[in-house]
Amino acid sequence: MTETTFNDRTGTAADGDRKKIMATLAAATPEAVAEKFESLAPPAFDLVRQPETGLVMVRGRMGGTGSPFNLGEVTVTRCVVRLETGETGSAYALGRSKKKALQSAVIDALWQRPEARARIETDIIAPLAAAQKSAAETVRQETAATKVDFFTMVRGDN
Amino acid sequence: MYVAVKGGEKAIRNAHKLTAKRRRGDTSVPALTLEQIAQQLSHSVARVMGEGSLYDETLAALAIKQARGDLIEAAFLMRAYRTTLPRFGYSTPVDTGAMRIERRISATYKDLPGGQVLGPTFDYSHRLLDFALAAEDDGVLRTAETAESVDEAMPRVTDLLGDEGLMEPDPVSDEDTPVGDLTREPLSFPADRDLRLQNLARGDEGFLLALAYSTQRGYGRTHPFAGEIRYGEVEVEFFAEELGFAVTLGSIKVTECQMVNQFAGSARAAPTFTRGYGLVFGQVERKAMSMAMVDRSMRWQELGEEQVAPAQDIEFVLSHSDNIQATGFVEHLKLPHYVDFQAELDLVRRMRAEWFGRREQQEEGEAAPEAAQ
Repeated sequence: MTETTFNDRTGTAADGDRKKIMATLAAATPEAVAEKFESLAPPAFDLVRQPETGLVMVRGRMGGTGSPFNLGEVTVTRCVVRLETGETGSAYALGRSKKKALQSAVIDALWQRPEARARIETDIIAPLAAAQKSAAETVRQETAATKVDFFTMVRGDN
Repeated sequence: MYVAVKGGEKAIRNAHKLTAKRRRGDTSVPALTLEQIAQQLSHSVARVMGEGSLYDETLAALAIKQARGDLIEAAFLMRAYRTTLPRFGYSTPVDTGAMRIERRISATYKDLPGGQVLGPTFDYSHRLLDFALAAEDDGVLRTAETAESVDEAMPRVTDLLGDEGLMEPDPVSDEDTPVGDLTREPLSFPADRDLRLQNLARGDEGFLLALAYSTQRGYGRTHPFAGEIRYGEVEVEFFAEELGFAVTLGSIKVTECQMVNQFAGSARAAPTFTRGYGLVFGQVERKAMSMAMVDRSMRWQELGEEQVAPAQDIEFVLSHSDNIQATGFVEHLKLPHYVDFQAELDLVRRMRAEWFGRREQQEEGEAAPEAAQ
């Protein structure tokens, strides 16, 4: 695997962790990210890429598993920041919140600081992930209540 | 001759002001919030996102509010807005097999793994107006029942039949095969299935519904079964070049429909069921079903069928499914055509003059022999 542009990291396991962090931030509402962000001592950072809203064309597959086709677009906002200590943080999320993209990118950058990682994970990521999981679980339970139990009527033979 | 027509600016300005006032309605009634529209008119929002071909609930809610509930106008606003944004790229194809299911039904298998899950639906309701909703501000707030959720796999019905070889497999192309994109190149014919599905996904629900209905009524019979309809959330992933991995952008709600149709087979291949596929933004089952039926009927050539009906006519279907294009062309008739019409007026006057001239000559011709007698 070739070197990635940022962080000189090539390990896919680390990418996997980072992907999860970024996904949790992406799935959170702008208000939730802002609340967590404001609980941090904000670090100094430079904007590498201004928060920017654009489009991603979502693809599906013919029949569910076949060749790809273009389904329609989604709005996406992204941002890249660099902390003065050198870590580069990125954010990509559905929607048009530039503030959320900026704050998420800063949190992603902080997470890459070894001394800050544990705190970011426990204070920010874990509660956001827990809230998302609990909301998904509520939907799952409500959905489960609508599952059909078929029963067979036994007709008398006499 | 070109005649510049000017004027009407003031009338237009005032008409727009009036529209804004009428849109707002009686100011003693609270204004709609985008949240209210997004939450409580979710089917309208889904339709506008689908036909506007842009998934963004808040934007769709704004479009609906601005368009006073005119959903085609709202979809038009979405299409116009998207042209102002840069395109970052294409997502990894969504995996509907990993959908967080909120509804999943099959009309072909009673006992399928994962079961039949009804979810939120108008089906099985009596379509009686609920006056309780009118009488109370919040309507009757019913808390939904919950049940222990089981993490049971919900394989697609078509995969089950596929395991037995009874179902035609999905067509799989090379990863490098380019995927047609109507937002990049205008539609041209012959159109492959990738372009057809994109066109249908953003096509007008009413148009597709009518075409699907026509296939059921005998215009290109495909004998469909609703193999499976599923609705829920799928994750959207996008490969970020600078990061070197696919980032999860978030989740969108989609409806997927697998129509199972009658058989194809040949000397070389054993008979199998065939399929039509529907995938749309939001919970829009009527359209997902219609899309799958029309997709299937447009596959007549590949499946060795005869073309006998409108729903099979690829050029006809794809050229008329887009309600933004259609409304543009139909509604442009309201714009001034004074010069065009002046030319037509001149023409019809000339034709009438000639016609009367001929008749006069004819009458004179008929009168002449009488005079001679």
